[in-house]
Amino acid sequence: MNKTITGQAWIFGDDVDTDVIIPARYLVTDDPKELGAHCMEGIDPGFPKTFPKGDILVAGENFGCGSSREHAPLALLGAGCGCVIAASFARIFYRNAFNVGLPIFECPEAAKGIRKGDDVEVRPAEGRILNLATGEAWTFPPFADFLQDLLDSGGLVPWVSRELEKRRASS
Amino acid sequence: MSRTLASAIIASHTDQKAATGEICRVRVDFAFANDITGPPAARAFRKMGAETVFDKTRCALLPDHFTPNKDIAAATQTKEGREFALEQGMLYWEQGRVGIEHTFLPEQGLILPGEVVVGADSHTCTGGTLGAFATGMGSTDLAGAWALGETWLRVPETVRVVFTGRRRAWIGGKDLVLALLGKIGVQGARYKALQFEGPAVEDLPMDDRFTISNMAVETGAKTGLFVPDERILSYARKRAARDFSPLYPDEGASCAETVEIDLEELRPLVALPHSPAKVKPAAKCDDEPIHQVFIGSCTNGRLRDLEQAALLLKGGQVHPEVRLVVIPASCEVYKAALENGYIKTFIEAGASVCTPTCGPCLGGHMGILAPGERCVSTSNRNFVGRMGHPESEVILAGPLVAAASALKGRIADPREVLSETDLSSLEVKDDE
Repeated sequence: MNKTITGQAWIFGDDVDTDVIIPARYLVTDDPKELGAHCMEGIDPGFPKTFPKGDILVAGENFGCGSSREHAPLALLGAGCGCVIAASFARIFYRNAFNVGLPIFECPEAAKGIRKGDDVEVRPAEGRILNLATGEAWTFPPFADFLQDLLDSGGLVPWVSRELEKRRASS
Repeated sequence: MSRTLASAIIASHTDQKAATGEICRVRVDFAFANDITGPPAARAFRKMGAETVFDKTRCALLPDHFTPNKDIAAATQTKEGREFALEQGMLYWEQGRVGIEHTFLPEQGLILPGEVVVGADSHTCTGGTLGAFATGMGSTDLAGAWALGETWLRVPETVRVVFTGRRRAWIGGKDLVLALLGKIGVQGARYKALQFEGPAVEDLPMDDRFTISNMAVETGAKTGLFVPDERILSYARKRAARDFSPLYPDEGASCAETVEIDLEELRPLVALPHSPAKVKPAAKCDDEPIHQVFIGSCTNGRLRDLEQAALLLKGGQVHPEVRLVVIPASCEVYKAALENGYIKTFIEAGASVCTPTCGPCLGGHMGILAPGERCVSTSNRNFVGRMGHPESEVILAGPLVAAASALKGRIADPREVLSETDLSSLEVKDDE
């Protein structure tokens, strides 16, 4: 999540739920590509076919509300989403995005200021979001220490592996 | 430090201070997944290099969403989960002996007061009824809990929800939680815990309480806790699969907010498409025809829900242009409903009754909607495409409104079918 991300903005509103990100009828696989082919279908049926790899989703409050399905961030990754910027995230989606490696940034000001099609650059290491179209820039606070440790470990899977190793070594 | 119930439970499960907002490593008492979230959790578990779950008696996998398997892909997925559960020797129940996870696990005494419970399903918050910090997470998080017996949680702020006023016999848990959603909205408690209290819920039956905690996540909350009282403790003691120690909030613990819901004037409610917070009295809705009614789910598929629906449907006939689908939420509920004659009432009224499953609630199977169809459903979400085609509509309601609507062919208040005097037979009895 520390790499600079650049892409055009696709704008969504408040309360984008996991049922529109990926409807439950597709939850018979967790392959990101297969899920990505149906991503955001509920809001915009053409989304999976027209969304270019690397572009950025910008949304309002409570992005990813609803179900705990990890398939939602996986579908966004499979669709080629570079990152999601939102005013706020629903809590389970927030955890899931960390765990599957979908970069997400909570920044209400950027979520409000970015318009459809704006070229946006996110510099996670600096905590900055730049609107290349308008020259505006916003900052977001660093992740909590524990979450940064998770990120530095490469995500929850390697973090748990490390914890298991520690336990084995001490027993 | 003066603590809310959520904070007290986390503090008792961590070596950290557990100050509000602090991220803590928390010991987990029980961790479960279902047929959809279990297989990815099993794969993440293996990728973590884990060999055995932290405690076989505290880890479970339940086939409930697409089961009995709706198609080959679901069957393959269910098989993968089953094989993992059997290989691990963890808790697993086969179809016909199980139920929807959030109904079945409390019945089995596997979610208990004072515990931290995590489940790979957002409605895990249902367990908050027992005074447990029960919360949903994704498959990878759940795999971590299976491997380590711990997880990370940020100690949430608490929103106290105080129910006051006289609760009429025809007002149930669904009306209470919809009233809350109407007031605070779908993100009114985001990242927070709800704590339900007040004189109007003191005699509220367990089944209604489960409905309220179930929809805590619809407000954005991590969990929705009831403070253990005699009703909760007696339910837990009768069923407990292990010892437990209930916890309580400190008097005067500081909360982010207190929300009061007055039940005095509350009428039976619905939530209109496409938000659980788009709340309106059933009696004030339009006369547009509905095509399906679904009574079931982890929200309202328990015995008291079926008792209420049966009271309205007894001797009546479902509207000729409406399909009524009734799905008891667990085998225990199904059997009791059969013994009490409710199932016979449903079938005689023209309903289809199915075996316990989440089924149509999440658009899985057993009642999917076509474009343009409207369904009154006792479930918890009415998002776009939730129960089928993106152009179908879901109206959320409690079992009384659902049954009345099935009879009338449109959204209806139960008092259109039975008088307030007849409905008063639903008053809470001492043995409930």
